[in-house]
Amino acid sequence: MSKVNLTIDDVPVNAAEGESILWAALDAGIYIPNLCAIRERKSPFASCRLCWVEIEGVDLPATSCTTPVKEGMKVQTRTPRVLRLVRTSFELLISHHPVDCARCAKNKKCELQRIAREFKFKLKPGKFRKLLRELPVDSSHPCFILDPNKCVLCGRCVWLCNEVQRACALDFAFRGLNTVITTSGGKPLGESDCSACRECVSVCPVGALIPK
Amino acid sequence: MTKSQIPIVKNFEMIRSQAEREWQALKIPEEPIIWIGTATCGRAAGALNTLQAIEEELAKGNIKAKIIHVGCMGHCYAEPMVTVAKPGYPPVCYGHVTPGVASSVIKNFLGGDDPCFEFLLGALEENPSIPTVFELPRFKHEFRSLLRNCGYINPEDIHQYIANGGYRGLVKALQLSPEQVIAEVKRSGLRGRGGAGFPTGRKWELCRKAKGNIRCIVGNADEGDPGAFMDRAILESDPHSVIEGMIIGGFAVGAHEGYIYVRAEYPLAVKRLRHALGQAEEIGLLGNNILSSGFDFHLELMQGASAFVCGEETALIASIEGKRGMPTPRPPYPAISGLFGQPTCINNVKSFASTSLILSQGAKLYADIGTKESKGTAVFALAGKVVNTGLVEVPMGTTLRELIFDVGGGIPKKRGFKAVQIGGPSGGCLPESKLNTPVDFASLTEAGAMMGSGGMVVLDEDNCMVDTARYFLEFTQKESCGKCTFCRLGTKQMLDILEDICRGNGSLEDIDLLVELGEDIKAGSLCNLGKTAPNPILTTIRYFREEYEAHIIEKRCPALVCKELIAYYILPDKCERSCDACVGSCPTEAVFTGKKRIKVIDQSKCVKCGSCVDACPPQYDAVVRISPVSQLPPSEPPPDKA
Ligand SMILES: Cc1cc2nc3c(=O)[nH]c(=O)nc-3n(C[C@H](O)[C@H](O)[C@H](O)COP(=O)(O)O)c2cc1C
Ligand code: FES
Repeated sequence: MSKVNLTIDDVPVNAAEGESILWAALDAGIYIPNLCAIRERKSPFASCRLCWVEIEGVDLPATSCTTPVKEGMKVQTRTPRVLRLVRTSFELLISHHPVDCARCAKNKKCELQRIAREFKFKLKPGKFRKLLRELPVDSSHPCFILDPNKCVLCGRCVWLCNEVQRACALDFAFRGLNTVITTSGGKPLGESDCSACRECVSVCPVGALIPK
Repeated sequence: MTKSQIPIVKNFEMIRSQAEREWQALKIPEEPIIWIGTATCGRAAGALNTLQAIEEELAKGNIKAKIIHVGCMGHCYAEPMVTVAKPGYPPVCYGHVTPGVASSVIKNFLGGDDPCFEFLLGALEENPSIPTVFELPRFKHEFRSLLRNCGYINPEDIHQYIANGGYRGLVKALQLSPEQVIAEVKRSGLRGRGGAGFPTGRKWELCRKAKGNIRCIVGNADEGDPGAFMDRAILESDPHSVIEGMIIGGFAVGAHEGYIYVRAEYPLAVKRLRHALGQAEEIGLLGNNILSSGFDFHLELMQGASAFVCGEETALIASIEGKRGMPTPRPPYPAISGLFGQPTCINNVKSFASTSLILSQGAKLYADIGTKESKGTAVFALAGKVVNTGLVEVPMGTTLRELIFDVGGGIPKKRGFKAVQIGGPSGGCLPESKLNTPVDFASLTEAGAMMGSGGMVVLDEDNCMVDTARYFLEFTQKESCGKCTFCRLGTKQMLDILEDICRGNGSLEDIDLLVELGEDIKAGSLCNLGKTAPNPILTTIRYFREEYEAHIIEKRCPALVCKELIAYYILPDKCERSCDACVGSCPTEAVFTGKKRIKVIDQSKCVKCGSCVDACPPQYDAVVRISPVSQLPPSEPPPDKA
């Protein structure tokens, strides 16, 4: 496959043609925050809205997971406009996420914590108000627990379950603020079509799906 | 004309001459003909009761007449509407035809010779004796092109469409090459009527040139925007204009199948469309080898998933594929990779209907209407505080002032104009100072609004701008698909802030936060639902900031709307002592009779429903709203607390 040359934060990067800026940057050791991206996924989901970059010659910031690299492209990952969008998106997610890290199984391995560390953000919703959910935790499955209150709706588990494992046990349900990840028909996980592959647990960026 | 084109024309000429003979018979009737508008809007106004009254009166008087159901003329304010053609008279049109009016028209006009001038809107043809409807302001300023057949022809009779110029665009297209058809649409300057105004010819060209095996056409009639009903009216009143445009589109992009995606809540549109598809197939205008041209095209009707977001093109495609109606990032655009990954040409149904006109009349005639950048006409659903509500069609470039005051007849009850919300819940609110804005894609966007779906709500001094912004955001927030962070959570944060301001709990920093967050949601959302959701808030802050400040600083709602910031008060010197109307109307028994029999409101019991205002006879007009609540004059305590 042919390669293209670009710069990301002024660092020369050589990436495969067709690759997205996000993966080119991560491969080059430049961190761009992301929750929903999966490399194998042909059409990116693009729901978390964290992976912003600015590209020279392009008016508006763009999501790096949906923008392919191009020869001669000049990408910046920490401009004021990028930082503003990343912060807003992050604080909105935190406004809907219980920050109870000490008691969370994902403590120190959580992507939200990582973003906070990289960007020196607090794990606080900033000017926004806290909008916590009080949904029942599903621990009916022998292998893992689903806590919808912590879910950031990145959709990785749904994609894996449906498109890779073809178990089709998980999906989105409801709309707007009520959107959740659930099983078909809303059955408890233990009674669903789950084949217990546990792939969903391995891709969850936060503590919404954790092993038992 | 080449050899292969001869059968196309010949086949169509046979159909057309038959259709025209039938239409002529209607124009010069031997017996009276009664047209009644029975689209959804007519029915809502009681058209079916009117119909029953007509039938009964005809039977009673033993009068012979033919009844024809037609669609909607767009004059909602005058529904139910009935047109009567009696031999020897020009066809005349009546408005507000209640069953009583219907009976008397039948009895006096058809049974006698009195055309009942008191109920008449006007004649539909020039004539020496009866003034025509075209002299009415609504008709005078309008320019009917997309709506030309609505309310005039029977939507269930394909021949009536054909007799009025229908399917001539298709016949023309089939004699051209697909590239020539695309060139003609490009030359017309037509831009998509689904909201964003993308050039239709360019979209068709992109789709035609895209790599793929199977191409597909999709007609978007999801129309989930509250208060918008132009697509419904066209489907109910003139379905063939859409079908014809879709076949032309199919021919141009090289598709052999198409879907019309109709909102689930439109049962009558679905029924009439289904009927129309059947008729078009029956006479060979749809299906295999259309008019012996060798071109095959099949159309299927799909019912929507009852979600606003399913009108967004990528979500709509997901919905047809049987998936959750959730938008996906663009590019790729559907024209390149849409339904099942194949090139898909998706247009609004009005865009398709426009292409039938463009092909039959020629691109030049179409391009002569409108402005340099926005060609043709715009259809709006005019609602809110305006005299002549309904569907209006005007050339692009008409100013908002003309639209609201000339076509719409201005603001009722002598109230003052305050703002107009254009483009539905994702549009913007424009003030008096923007009334000279011409309606075209660029001007509206620049003013902070957008063409959008064509919803247009007029607001007067009794509308609170903060409450209006809250109302529209409540809709988009609920309809967010929940996929992306900005739209799912950002709109909810904004809504909470607005609700606080409406309750008098806001702070001045909240205004800045609304603006900042609104800008971020516009920049950061995945699809146009989120990208446009902050528009009503951003425009009301831009043009009516002082109203936000009044709510926050003075706890005052200038329009006296926000419940928490107003109190009801009975003016003692206006109260007619022996009248008890307000007492009886109050659901919580908050109104009591005080000293000298003057009525007083017990504020601790009042739920601010406003029943007492409505109940107080207009000649006394004693109940008023007061804001801020701290301005309430002291009043006597209720007897149980005295
Ligand atoms: C939330 C949302 C709802 C929409 N609803 C409709 C709709 O009901 N009808 C429509 O034609 N376009 C709707 N659109 C626009 C479509 O995505 C698309 O742009 C349009 O169908 C293209 O047709 P056109 O080129 O003829 O305008 C909507 C867009 C968004 C973001
Ligand atoms: S990683 Fe790009 S939007 Fe989530």
